[in-house]
Amino acid sequence: MSGILESPARLNEPTPEQDASREVEARQLTVALAGNPNAGKTSLFNALTGLRQKVANYPGVTVERKEGVWTLQPELAPARLIDLPGLYSLDAASIDEQIARDVLTGRIERIPLPDVVVAVVDATNLERNLYLVMQLLETGRPLVVALTMMDMCERAGLEIDVVQLSKALGVRVVPVASKQRRGMDTLAEAVLQTASENRPTGATWRLSESAERELSALAAVDTDDLQDKGDDDATRRARAMRELYAEELPSDDARRDAVLEARARLATNATDWWQEPLLARYDWIERVAAGVVRRSDAGQSQRPSTTSLIDRFVTHKIFGPAILFLVTLVIFQTIFSWASLPMDLIDAGFGTLGEAVRARLAPGLLTDLLVDGVIAGVGGVLVFLPQILLLFFFIALLEDSGYMARAAFLMDRLMRGVGLHGKAFMPLMSSFACAIPGIMATRTIENPKDRIATMMIAPFMSCSARLPVYTLMIAAFFSGQKTLGFVSVGALIIMSMYLLGIVVAIVVAWILKHTILKAPPPPLVLELPPYRVPALLNIVETMRERAWLFLKRAGTVILTISILLWALITFPRSEATPVPSVSESAGVQAMRETGVEARGESVPATDAAPEEVTRRGEQVRQSFAGRMGRLIEPAIAPLGFDWKMGIGLIASFAARETLVSTLSIVYNVGAETDEASPSLIDAVRNAKRPDGSPAWTPLVAVSMMVFFVLACQCMSTLAVVRRETNSWRWPLFMVGYMLVLAYIASFITYQGGRLLGFS
Amino acid sequence: MKEFANKEKEAGTTNRRVGTTTLDVLPTGLAARVVAVDGEGAVARRLMEMGVVPGAPVRVIKAAPLGDPLEVRVRGYHLALRRAEAHTIIVIPRES
Repeated sequence: MSGILESPARLNEPTPEQDASREVEARQLTVALAGNPNAGKTSLFNALTGLRQKVANYPGVTVERKEGVWTLQPELAPARLIDLPGLYSLDAASIDEQIARDVLTGRIERIPLPDVVVAVVDATNLERNLYLVMQLLETGRPLVVALTMMDMCERAGLEIDVVQLSKALGVRVVPVASKQRRGMDTLAEAVLQTASENRPTGATWRLSESAERELSALAAVDTDDLQDKGDDDATRRARAMRELYAEELPSDDARRDAVLEARARLATNATDWWQEPLLARYDWIERVAAGVVRRSDAGQSQRPSTTSLIDRFVTHKIFGPAILFLVTLVIFQTIFSWASLPMDLIDAGFGTLGEAVRARLAPGLLTDLLVDGVIAGVGGVLVFLPQILLLFFFIALLEDSGYMARAAFLMDRLMRGVGLHGKAFMPLMSSFACAIPGIMATRTIENPKDRIATMMIAPFMSCSARLPVYTLMIAAFFSGQKTLGFVSVGALIIMSMYLLGIVVAIVVAWILKHTILKAPPPPLVLELPPYRVPALLNIVETMRERAWLFLKRAGTVILTISILLWALITFPRSEATPVPSVSESAGVQAMRETGVEARGESVPATDAAPEEVTRRGEQVRQSFAGRMGRLIEPAIAPLGFDWKMGIGLIASFAARETLVSTLSIVYNVGAETDEASPSLIDAVRNAKRPDGSPAWTPLVAVSMMVFFVLACQCMSTLAVVRRETNSWRWPLFMVGYMLVLAYIASFITYQGGRLLGFS
Repeated sequence: MKEFANKEKEAGTTNRRVGTTTLDVLPTGLAARVVAVDGEGAVARRLMEMGVVPGAPVRVIKAAPLGDPLEVRVRGYHLALRRAEAHTIIVIPRES
């Protein structure tokens, strides 16, 4: 079964031809960086490019495309360095691996065929890392190996013969230490030399006779693709290998039939024919490793490693979950409460900025658009930055240190129960603070279906934006009430709301995974990498990257919707509101200057300028939003809501907490009150329906809270889902099904409550 | 020919050779070698790509707190996999 091995191509003494190297110096080189996850690829990429890198998506897919500029030598044109996704192999059908293969064969738009491929190889884990190197050799592209973690090798009592490894592989091997920036110049030199030689590599092992026959036959036939016509033997062989043994079949019919026939012929000889190249590669790798790796001290390697010692606690039956709980608590606490300080600052800053602009410009529509639409919108985008930065600080820290894989290991059994992956745990946890960074964090889940299922349920986790709504409802109707003598009813209700979100999320995940996102439970084959001290540069880079992506992609959508919503509550201009006279606008200024925009201070705005507040209330009631509120009243009446609440629901589509400020405007309390403001609480308690009965009752309040738990009233979440899934399909589906669920649940709550005699 | 293939498959799910067992029931801490990966498709391929091929040394380090997945040491690194996946890996304990 095992293949007949040929000795690998020897590395010739480098004889760089002057012409070739001059040609290389003149143009920009394209270098692709490939390597196993956790091999130190990101660290090397960051060390080589510094902060000169950009992130985008590959066309049509959500795989991230990272690219940077690498100064090989100061006097030469810097190279384009393309960071491929972390991979174990080029064969399987995952999108990441497909993309990597397309880059390596020059099939991605606007990325030229790489001149040199740099394979990042973890020296402590040589055998598994060499598997990808083998496949890279087979593609025939010029290759350089960057050997990382040499210091760890030493500590583990392993010695790697670099010269021997280079000879065995037939390519240059350069040990690097990214953090200390050692080996960077040597690596650049090796890349330049390899590029100027342009000597193709190739397969260095052979399969059984029958398999080789099939391979040669397939390689000899031209494909339909014109691009492939001029391919050399190594490339042809590599393509035939891929077609014969990889998961996906070639697209054109004749070729597919040829491949299927070849497979059938091989299968008659041995059922596990497909394992042959895998075994042949590992067979070859083991021989290379045997000649290259030496255990310098047998006694030392018997000692448990630091990682094993740490894991005795971190994945311990009792301590493991306890530590995970603590870690989650710290993250939760940070995004939930420590982020509120910078968030309030941003909020107040944009409030002040808006008022400053308003004070300087002539009052009118344009000023309103600028202040209430644009400035408020930009503020509404930036206000998420502290949470995103903090969450990704933690995520990068946990990923880089190796803890994230342990969290998935601990949680996998539970997550599997609803058909999700262990890796879904962290994104869902973070969604309790805010679904936006949570959804962005689902990137660690490889399988697209599992990733989308996780995104779809993330908004059910009660985020911090729901708290102002819960707080207002509880302050108005349940404050000071106790049950069983000591348990506050308010606390009990808030807890029930969190639980409701979790239970619905579990049920929905289960349903999604058994219907539209039907897929077998994702297999878990997850490396538990050794613990490492995280590199600050990697963490900073991750935070910068995430913040930038959010601003660029989600930010524009949020800004657009916020201007749209402004227009909805501004137009048509109410006839009762002539252009504000000088005295009126002075009244506005007086109101602003009393400092009512500072949150947490409950200066009743009514004291400042009652007519102005009434005017704004009148304006909103007359606006499109107001009309829409009346329009939807028949639909929301069964939930216990009247049209004024309808306006709040429409406005809160922008962001949930907007309900509070919208209700304030509608009830003539003034926009700048918060959820704890006594005047707003009174207004809510005293609001009447046309027939004189109270608009709000405790039951209406509960129904409203249930609606807020389940409805996806957050345009930022939708914008992020749009960005992460690269289409409007999923965000629209999300807002739709969550709205239906929210409606049904509120309906049951209100009507059921009334049947049970509550009011 | 087909009959032969079926027999092969049957033999794979039980013990292929005297003394072999599957990785999910291998006692924790006991050193073993992979005899075969019994299974097809993406998971079997991924396992083999990651070095779980016949001859590779394996050892179960521990089970997660809820009993599943398992932490396994193979070729000097640590891998988490579910019992269902571990069941497809046939191993033979190494003589001490």
